[in-house]
Amino acid sequence: MTFDDFLLAFFSLEIVGQAWPILWTGLQQTLLLSAIVVPLGVGGGMLLALLSTVRHRLVRWPLMVWVDFFRAVPPLVLLIFVYAGLPFAGLEVSAIGAVAIGFFLNTGAYYGEILRAGIESVPAGQMEAARSTGLTRWQTMRYVVLPQAVRNVLPDLISNTLEVVKLTSIASVVALPELLFQARQAQSVTYNATPIVAAAVVYFLLLWPVVRLLSRLENRQLAGRR
Amino acid sequence: MAQTPPIVAAHGIHKHFGTLHVLKGVDLMVAERELVFVIGPSGSGKSTLLRCLNRLEEPSSGSITVDGIDMLSRSTDINAARQRVGMVFQSFNLYPHMTALGNVALALRKVQGKSRAEAEARARAALDRVHLADRAGHFPGQLSGGQQQRVAIARAIALEPRVMLFDEPTSALDPELVGGVLAAMRELREDGMTMVVVSHEMGFAKAAADRVVFMADGLVVEQGPPAELFGAPRHERTRAFLGQIERH
Amino acid sequence: MTGLDRFLDSFFNLRVAVEYLPKIIDGFWLTILLAFCIILSGLAAGLALAVLRSLGIRPVNWLIIFVVDLFRALPPLVIIVLLYFGLPAAGLSISGFASAWLSLALVLMAFSEEIFWAGITAVPRGQWEAARSTGLTFAATLGHVVLPQAVRMVVPPLTNRTIAITKGTALASVVAVPEILGAAQAGVSFSFNPTPLTLGALAYVVLFFPVVILGRWIETRFAWKR
Ligand SMILES: Nc1ncnc2c1ncn2[C@@H]1O[C@H](COP(=O)(O)OP(=O)(O)OP(=O)(O)O)[C@@H](O)[C@H]1O
Ligand SMILES: [Mg+2]
Repeated sequence: MTFDDFLLAFFSLEIVGQAWPILWTGLQQTLLLSAIVVPLGVGGGMLLALLSTVRHRLVRWPLMVWVDFFRAVPPLVLLIFVYAGLPFAGLEVSAIGAVAIGFFLNTGAYYGEILRAGIESVPAGQMEAARSTGLTRWQTMRYVVLPQAVRNVLPDLISNTLEVVKLTSIASVVALPELLFQARQAQSVTYNATPIVAAAVVYFLLLWPVVRLLSRLENRQLAGRR
Repeated sequence: MAQTPPIVAAHGIHKHFGTLHVLKGVDLMVAERELVFVIGPSGSGKSTLLRCLNRLEEPSSGSITVDGIDMLSRSTDINAARQRVGMVFQSFNLYPHMTALGNVALALRKVQGKSRAEAEARARAALDRVHLADRAGHFPGQLSGGQQQRVAIARAIALEPRVMLFDEPTSALDPELVGGVLAAMRELREDGMTMVVVSHEMGFAKAAADRVVFMADGLVVEQGPPAELFGAPRHERTRAFLGQIERH
Repeated sequence: MTGLDRFLDSFFNLRVAVEYLPKIIDGFWLTILLAFCIILSGLAAGLALAVLRSLGIRPVNWLIIFVVDLFRALPPLVIIVLLYFGLPAAGLSISGFASAWLSLALVLMAFSEEIFWAGITAVPRGQWEAARSTGLTFAATLGHVVLPQAVRMVVPPLTNRTIAITKGTALASVVAVPEILGAAQAGVSFSFNPTPLTLGALAYVVLFFPVVILGRWIETRFAWKR
């Protein structure tokens, strides 16, 4: 194989031109999907984190099992289970429905852990001070504890969000036409690896700034803990 | 004393940090068994000078020999040379993941290539010299600041250096812990160790130093026996500095 | 049939379970094998890169940072697909197992390099100086003084990241590796019953639940002393 053949197989501009329209729809789907599953995960996580502030053991233990269960099951397994399994129980779910359910359960557990750690990082004195001024429990959470909690774990939240956006690529397995799925379609039509390379480049350009930002935040975090 | 060649001979040391000119041509000679005390205002370059002596900092120009070895030559094995120059830091810098014994034995094993048993025997002897033989198995986190600094001294003397450098060895200690460290330094001196000490412990300087060097703005302003320098300083800068110290 | 019967018959069908359990168990061992390969090579490569980076050779460090960023930004499934479906276009065919191993090892390498590096830079300068002042070489200082402290510091984030990436072994099912999920999906399509998926999910729980708990324990055990 000559170098030109190599370029032709992986970096053919002609193929990129041909495949671009369908890659573009894929990218739009990926962004749309992210815009759905990230808020869903954050919402689910917030729910779990707030529940975890309830100290009762009838809440604590089931909550912990729930979180660890969904952290133990790989997201793709969860997705396949929902998508391919539930119809047997008479519940038809669309691909996007399955993705939403799977991501809610999986990424919700992760966001939940992060937010819980954030809430626990806020000194108890904050809660007491707020309550002593007459704020209700909920108001204290909303205006005093949560803002500090989110700030304290912001790098982790961003990092998890990066992982969630990357994870949307598994939706290709249930034929949801996001970026990776479209790239594979284009690859099988053109018999050329260029579309997949192009998709990888798109992912990289999309997410590189986030990675840079994170690596700065993380270094600062560690440096502060000397 | 003047007959024996100096252990440390530093000439015309300049050091730049970027545009900052920190040492502006410092000369320092230290004779065998001499205890030289270096004092001076903050930022005058005392630490930088000490760190140049064992080449933790690379001088911009000048020459340094220790025990006849050219410290700045490319052909000098700097790691072997550093074994002749013990250094004690303000912040101890003990290895937190090793016991006191492990801290002292590490360089004996890894640089001098001694067996574990021999290195540990030597390390124990060094710890004994600072009266911490009974703390050999403790980790730094389990020792007081004063004990940690004495372990750091043991780590340096175990290598049998020709000269010991102390950079504010007691500045990070609570007042009641200073005495133990100074006592260890005094014993070291009585055993004939050559020492260069940067410190604000003027009482120790008066009692133990052979010579006091006053530095300001990257230069040696004046030097002399403690009685002379403290009793009748010749330079205005020195007087001002000593006046400031006394008021504290 | 009542709803419950139908549910049980679908998801907990004993006959199907007995039939496909051996396949799932085979998949279980394959998952473990894949996981070990990934963890060993990924962490070793990550540590090697971090050590290389500490030498401070500018162009080399830029290259390391770029490679790390690349594999942090790309979704693992995209890398797997690229290797598995793309490499044949270059005349190199690669097995599904190898492509999953290589891809996830590269991802773990990237993340662990970043974590190891953060640990190395978080070891105070005084440790380097003290060690060098006793005549230890750069390599001896790194190996005996700095790395032991750095590694200890990064155990919790490293454990969590390793677990998360290792769960990506399920992605290997996409490239026809009969690990747990692959075996389970094959079972579903042969038996027209989702019980193998239930078994698969259970297998993952058996495998990763203890690991997740271990991660929790390590997190508290190695908690930062503030
Ligand atoms: N690594 C470095 N990079 C840049 N500047 C430095 C560095 N080390 C020291 N300096 C600067 O050099 C000057 C002299 O520092 P040095 O630590 O030698 O002073 P010092 O006399 O020991 O002061 P102190 O009594 O406060 O310890 C200071 O202005 C300091 O900021
Ligand atoms: Mg200083």
